Amino acid sequence: MNAAKDILHIERRFYGLRPGLEELQEEFANGLLRFGYDEAAAFAIRLAIEEAVVNAHRHGNKGDENRCVQFRSSISASRIEIEVIDEGAGFDPCAIPDPTREENLDVPSGRGVMLMHAYMSDVEYIAPGNHLRMAYCKPSRS
Amino acid sequence: MPVSLLQIRRLEGSIRVDFVEKNILDEGNLHQIEQEIRTALEAEKHPRLLICFKNVEHMSSAALGTLLALKDSIEKKSGELRLSNIDRRIYEMFVITKLNRLFSIHDSVEQAASSFSTK
Repeated sequence: MNAAKDILHIERRFYGLRPGLEELQEEFANGLLRFGYDEAAAFAIRLAIEEAVVNAHRHGNKGDENRCVQFRSSISASRIEIEVIDEGAGFDPCAIPDPTREENLDVPSGRGVMLMHAYMSDVEYIAPGNHLRMAYCKPSRS
Repeated sequence: MPVSLLQIRRLEGSIRVDFVEKNILDEGNLHQIEQEIRTALEAEKHPRLLICFKNVEHMSSAALGTLLALKDSIEKKSGELRLSNIDRRIYEMFVITKLNRLFSIHDSVEQAASSFSTK
């Protein structure tokens, strides 16, 4: 068996978000089906990709369509790895207020990073914070 | 004028909103959705809004923010907001963010409609 054929690589460079992000999501969803990921995984990964790319464009690149958001990913039968890199100055993810604290519950923003952590197996921002790396491990069947 | 992303119905004493799109993600769409709802509520003194999520398969944190902004505006006019028919995976997003404690969420449109306070 050719190991390279057992990994699907999907890469994109975004300057604006639409319709490129929808096309990426469509391609990713097809990749997930091919590698046997279930609906729960598809929901989690679609959400994480949406939050990551939108954050990179809106907050990292300040919505500037002359700046690039790089998206790199690999899908295998057991694991998905995603990297999203923007051209911004970065940020300290620890400085984001906890949106679930009583005093922040009705604040309209600040939930994207939290949702990525909730749905993905690993989420890591590489300093200075403009490089996101996240992974999803397919749950083993019991 | 852009094509409406919502179906808005005036019921007795309340306004019901259904989504046309199955994905509520795009900021442009969210802005349009928020404006359409605000326009529908404009003339209401104490708006009672029921948002049905029956057709919705995917949402983003930006959509949660839009719902919070609408809730705030409605409550400033002493109105009431009800949400219904939320897919279990999307409901999980409300639980993770603890927004299930802030919104009045119901299994069906009928339950949501009957939960409005009687006046």
